[in-house]
Amino acid sequence: MEILVCVRRVPDTSENEIQLSSAGNDIERDDLVYSVNEPDNYAVEEAIQIAANAGGNVTVVTVGSEEDEEVLRREMAMGANQGVLLSDDAFAGSDGKGIATILKALVQKGHYDLVLTGTQAEDGGAQVGGMLAALLDYPFASLVNAITVLDGGKLKISREIEGGNREMSEIDLPCVLSIQTGINEPRYVGMRGIRQVASVEIPTFGTSDLGVDPASVGTAGAKVKRTDYFMPVLGKGAEILQGSQEEIIDQLIELMKAKGGLN
Amino acid sequence: MALKFKGVDFIEFDTLLNDDERLVRDNTRKFIEENLVPVIEQCNRDGRFPKELIKPMGELGFYGAGLKGYGCAGMSSVEYGLMTQELERGDSGVRSFVSVQSGLCMYPISAFGSEEQKQKYLPKMALGEILGCFGLTEPDAGSNPSAMRTRARKDGNEYVLNGEKMWITSGSIADIAIIWAKVENEDNLIRGFIVETDRPGFKAADVHGKWSLRASVTSSLSLQDVRIPLDNLLPGSGGLKSPLSCLNQARYGIAWGAIGAAMACYDCSLQYSQFRKQFRDQPIASHQLVQEKLVWMISEITKAQLLALQVGRLKDVGKAKPWHVSMAKRNNVWMALECARMGRDILGGNGIADEYPIFRHMANLESVKTYEGTHDIHTLIIGEHITGYAAF
Ligand SMILES: Cc1cc2nc3c(=O)[nH]c(=O)nc-3n(C[C@H](O)[C@H](O)[C@H](O)COP(=O)(O)OP(=O)(O)OC[C@H]3O[C@@H](n4cnc5c(N)ncnc54)[C@H](O)[C@@H]3O)c2cc1C
Repeated sequence: MEILVCVRRVPDTSENEIQLSSAGNDIERDDLVYSVNEPDNYAVEEAIQIAANAGGNVTVVTVGSEEDEEVLRREMAMGANQGVLLSDDAFAGSDGKGIATILKALVQKGHYDLVLTGTQAEDGGAQVGGMLAALLDYPFASLVNAITVLDGGKLKISREIEGGNREMSEIDLPCVLSIQTGINEPRYVGMRGIRQVASVEIPTFGTSDLGVDPASVGTAGAKVKRTDYFMPVLGKGAEILQGSQEEIIDQLIELMKAKGGLN
Repeated sequence: MALKFKGVDFIEFDTLLNDDERLVRDNTRKFIEENLVPVIEQCNRDGRFPKELIKPMGELGFYGAGLKGYGCAGMSSVEYGLMTQELERGDSGVRSFVSVQSGLCMYPISAFGSEEQKQKYLPKMALGEILGCFGLTEPDAGSNPSAMRTRARKDGNEYVLNGEKMWITSGSIADIAIIWAKVENEDNLIRGFIVETDRPGFKAADVHGKWSLRASVTSSLSLQDVRIPLDNLLPGSGGLKSPLSCLNQARYGIAWGAIGAAMACYDCSLQYSQFRKQFRDQPIASHQLVQEKLVWMISEITKAQLLALQVGRLKDVGKAKPWHVSMAKRNNVWMALECARMGRDILGGNGIADEYPIFRHMANLESVKTYEGTHDIHTLIIGEHITGYAAF
């Protein structure tokens, strides 16, 4: 099975204090520590396991710039067989549909049977998987938390729904799935793996390699544009407790009692 | 209260590293954060080495990571250093275990061993299936190992070893010991031997009552008429320079490791000082004397990073000399110990409790200052190089 996993490099929220840029329409990106988007890492682990059990090949892809190559290397060191970087000046400023348009071209070029994405990017809106499936006219399932390969070009998948229930479905290949964190336990990246992929060339494809119309992607093709970015003002919705640690704990207990959360 | 480590990088040090180097560092950090940090305080309290990490660390390729072939990761010196830094950010004892397995046991087999020895030992040692220890120090020969009394005598197709070794990391959990001894039939030339620890006459007894490196095993070894086949000699070894070249590998790792311990202390003290309030409800971080300590720490850590990186880059092009490594070990362990002491101070009473990692690092670093050549011995190595006079 040829599996393509779409991954992204995102600011690591556990390592950074996120601050607004002075222009106010983005976060301050200098000095940020980046890492692979966590749900994507689960998707790669799942792909590696499927390929190990059912046979096949795992390719990781990201739309970005040279700096984003590091997440491809990370995932290759973890066990993905190859990486592809989709990079072109024309891709900058793409909205969700733009990214899906770029990825669609690669899927068609590479004849992938299964395309996985993470449920959502930590700085994104969970759009790409569904749009990519629609553009490809492939079946799509979101929030997948278990996959079994069935005979006859089908997968059995499970999805957790509100209240902790599980919904089981069968889906035809080729398809696109968005993967939920917790579907597996992603392995650590080993030192041997890092060395093995260190000298591997990662091919880069742009608009002409992919046959993508530059006007359909990037800022030119974006119909959704970010206009503002702000930290919500502390208001009625959230109450920040003040005082020493002990005082805060006492206040918290009182509040929980008052709301009926504690007896 | 556990404070999550945030990484320490004052001058965009990361931009001096390539993608692979950062990958090594970040993934080692992740492993240590998730597997060692949660258990280390209890291990330290119990005086227990976390044996459960031996296999996982082998699978990740931590052992002999700088060696090429034989199942080893083949990392560059800088990558190896960054890995060591993260290990020691967890605990110096666990880093010591990895250093001994790698720099002091796998390295001599790869540098002085026969092809059969390499094939027999290195792949299994890389996976942690065979553990090693390094026996150089003796009760009466520490800083001056040439005074060693351990002897090997050729007897037919065997060597017979007799002697005592002291302060041997991993001594009682090792499957093989690299024993350094003077060979009687060869004019007392110092040579290295692979001694299986289950040979009759070989005994290991743990040192108890340690205040330092409590999560690492330290033992004394006794060899009484231990008979080993001639094939167990490391054929390429000869003279004191052989064990010293092993120490040079391990010392290089320590120079980086100490940065990790210092980062842990700095990060913890900084975070603590920002939430601990004294006088007029002000965070202690707002008091000038506390800032002075934090600034000293971050400045010394930053200088230490640059020193270690440069020695690593030299090592990668085969230009690192023993005195370069001595300077990095001497300076970086000293600064780490000072950082630990200042950090301990910043935490006040909390600084002496094992709820926070600082006191453990401080106690550990006392061993690190002594082993692999004491601080003062490194002074003399550098001193000899710059003046031309040996002052040992
Ligand atoms: C936890 C731990 C683990 C260890 N693990 C190992 C191991 O795995 N394998 C191994 O072989 N060894 C190991 N060692 C031993 C370590 O390398 C020695 O302790 C070290 O070399 C110092 O020797 P010593 O303890 O005999 O001190 P000494 O050599 O007696 O030194 C005592 C003091 O005298 C100073 N001194 C000595 N000579 C001079 C001089 N000429 N000029 C000025 N000052 C001098 C020293 O700097 C030091 O301050 C370990 C030690 C410890 C504490």
